Amino acid sequence: MAEPALKTGEIFDEGLDKGIAKLTPEKIEQVVSSVLANETGARLRVYTDTCVHCGLCSEACHFYLSNDNNPAFSPAGKVKQTLWEILKKKGRVSPEFIKHAAEIAYTECNLCRRCSMYCPFGIDIAYLMLVIRRICHKLGVTPQYIQTTAHSHAATLNQMWVKDDEWIDTLMWQEEEAQDEISDLRIPLEKEGADVFYSVIGPEPKFRAQLIYQAAVIMNGAGVDWTMPATPGWDNSDMCMYTGDNEVMGRLKRAHFEAAMRLKVKRIVMGECGHAFRSVYDMGNRWLTWKMPPIPVIHALEFYHDIFKEGKIKIARKYDQPVTLHDPCNVVRGRGLHEMSRYVVNQTCEKLIEMEPNREHNFCCSAGGGVINCGPPFKNKRVEGNRTKAEQLFVAKAKGAKTVIAPCHNCHGGLEDIIHHYGLNMELKFLGDIIYECMEK
Amino acid sequence: MHDSGKWDWETGKKEVSDIGKWMEEFEWIEEPYVSPDGEKVASVVRTGDEMEFTACVNGTAWENTFDKVWYLRFTPDNRLTGLVSDMGEWTVAVDDQVWENRFEFVWNSMFGKDGRNIAIAAQKERKYLAAVNDTAWEHGFENMTNLTVSPDGERTAGVIQTVGFGETEFLKFQEGCYSVAVDGKAWGRNFVNVWELAFSPDNRHVAAEVRTNLYDYTIAVDGIPWKEMFASVWKPQFSPQDESVTAPVKIGGSWTLAQDGKPIWGKKFIQVWHHMYSPDGKKLAAVVAPEFGRWTIAVDYNAWELTFGDLVTDAVFSPDGNSVACVGKEDDKWMVAVNGTAWDGKFDMAWQPVFSPDSIRVAAKVEKNGLYTILADGQPLGKESEAAWDPVFSPDGKKLLIRSIREGKYFREVIPLT
Ligand code: SF4
Ligand code: SF4
Repeated sequence: MAEPALKTGEIFDEGLDKGIAKLTPEKIEQVVSSVLANETGARLRVYTDTCVHCGLCSEACHFYLSNDNNPAFSPAGKVKQTLWEILKKKGRVSPEFIKHAAEIAYTECNLCRRCSMYCPFGIDIAYLMLVIRRICHKLGVTPQYIQTTAHSHAATLNQMWVKDDEWIDTLMWQEEEAQDEISDLRIPLEKEGADVFYSVIGPEPKFRAQLIYQAAVIMNGAGVDWTMPATPGWDNSDMCMYTGDNEVMGRLKRAHFEAAMRLKVKRIVMGECGHAFRSVYDMGNRWLTWKMPPIPVIHALEFYHDIFKEGKIKIARKYDQPVTLHDPCNVVRGRGLHEMSRYVVNQTCEKLIEMEPNREHNFCCSAGGGVINCGPPFKNKRVEGNRTKAEQLFVAKAKGAKTVIAPCHNCHGGLEDIIHHYGLNMELKFLGDIIYECMEK
Repeated sequence: MHDSGKWDWETGKKEVSDIGKWMEEFEWIEEPYVSPDGEKVASVVRTGDEMEFTACVNGTAWENTFDKVWYLRFTPDNRLTGLVSDMGEWTVAVDDQVWENRFEFVWNSMFGKDGRNIAIAAQKERKYLAAVNDTAWEHGFENMTNLTVSPDGERTAGVIQTVGFGETEFLKFQEGCYSVAVDGKAWGRNFVNVWELAFSPDNRHVAAEVRTNLYDYTIAVDGIPWKEMFASVWKPQFSPQDESVTAPVKIGGSWTLAQDGKPIWGKKFIQVWHHMYSPDGKKLAAVVAPEFGRWTIAVDYNAWELTFGDLVTDAVFSPDGNSVACVGKEDDKWMVAVNGTAWDGKFDMAWQPVFSPDSIRVAAKVEKNGLYTILADGQPLGKESEAAWDPVFSPDGKKLLIRSIREGKYFREVIPLT
């Protein structure tokens, strides 16, 4: 494996810069040894001991490919510049080193786990980057934008500083709007004993309230007995999982599941979000000791698949523009929902043009893993770090695809930037947008 | 608790209202709510085409109509409350009487144990506050969450934002911008975060989960944090015996219970939450995880052998403190367990078990295939129904009140127990 080349151009981020200003070498050493001794175990040792530096993972990473095969952006290169060095020096690293490590772990890795599939030993680079993020969180060195989002989660139990009344008011407003179209439509609040608890992410009430409207129309059309809570716990998203604030991650997931338990629902259906699925299905629940979600969680893709299979939704006319489909890492590599999403696309759209590679081999949108949440300072690096995705989209476009379906909020944000930056001029939609547009109402 | 001694325990089965018939009068009928004594059933209904809403109780609509009504709830003393709006202003309606105060929004109605006092969270002119029985806090705050009422319902506390900051001002946030207001008066000390609150049984004190920086969690009592810091904490409780406070706390990789800052349980659980005192304050029980992915109840640090893989919830002490019952779930099937033994049936849902006043019997509502049954000591009592509410024991523990809907009709039924 080649030596990581140095990268040029320092990025100013108040969170990182003010964070390291408070650090001393002793503090770093103490935090590193405490995290390594108390919060990691055999898994970390196996991963670091097994890597033979073969570089087979490099070609899996869109950051590496998009940065002209710069080894500094290869998966193993990221570990080499961060964790290996920390282990080698037993935590005796400088504040500047920590800033560099934070930048790599928070902004140059989407925790997408594509590289693990190409490593002969299945080494989970994403996990190793999360260990670095945990150390950085404990050192107080986190990018400003994602840290302020973590603060919102801590203060309001949602991602967007949405106050309790604003949440309820938004649901009532969406209900009223939807009643202009379907007069008996309801968004049932706090309906104990409903079958389904529908949960969304913080940005929905704040910026994309029409998605709640559309979800209500779909629930209504499919005849689902559903409810939404009028209390915190409605937001399934979780940037604390990505900053390394595991304690608040646990608090968020507990609020979410306990809202569903209080309402005595059978299952939680969540909107089109990938990272939130990772948080409720893998990381947050397990931090709390729930091996599996205590109330089954059904991702929107599975939910749509089921209602189409059961014939609960009928299509009035199919979406006639050729579409291509993005596979969000967290629900495809993380849960294998790719055939379900294709089933729904085929039910609703005239023509699906596949991107290559696809399904579990998809390339990440480069927004995931909290990278887009690190905000404007890192935007260029993120978008330029995913030329690979732009090329994939370009090929699909050349074959005729006009619309990109991205059934994940982060992917949506990431692909929007890519489409704009690379001048791809493609339309971007959620699967719910398509269903809403094409269903019989 | 509601004074059930005054209720009708003599009449057997009584049809209170034929809800199916309401449809002849109203075109919009929401899900029904039932009073604790079982004498009333109510829904939000639309009275005409003009988008006017109100509450319908036993088939008769309130005289007042509103642009919107939501959160219909009965108080423990059987009064019907709803959150109502007219011309963009919100307030509370109680048995068709509307409060005088008007707000920009109201939510989260809560009641004291005997139901005399009704509290709500409210927002007015972008200030957040609470109101009890139509009397609002003198001052509002930039935000208020976690509204909590004292056992007698006279007092309210909430987590408040005391310092304004821009959303990206992360350093200001970390200096501490949150506190607690009790009856509208702030504690006078800020924390980075404050979460769940608890009142003491005598209504005089408030304890809170707090974070003093991004890493140190503890419990603050009347504004004063414990000296000891923990990796995390959950909701505190006051002892009914003295003024001590306990809370689940995380130390290293395990959770334990701490009293006034000092651990009183050992380290064998990897999760401890929803702890509760027996009514006499002598025992402490909690939902615990003795190992990863297994859940049970521990009483005074002794865990039941029976464990559940999915979850344990709705734990409750018997009035004499000698028994604990809960709901557990394994492989997506819900069960009721009492003192470490699960009842036979497995259900699609189970609700919090109810002890008889003499602590001898336990009853619970369960659901399977969309039909509801009341179980008494594990055995089905009466027929299945389309909807049911939690069973209530008579004060002597010899009868059970069952509230249920069958074939569209709401029934109140008192069944003698053998
Ligand atoms: S971005 Fe994905 S492929 Fe690249 S290192 Fe991170 S997890 Fe691996
Ligand atoms: S992580 Fe795996 S693929 Fe990558 S260099 Fe190490 S051993 Fe090779």
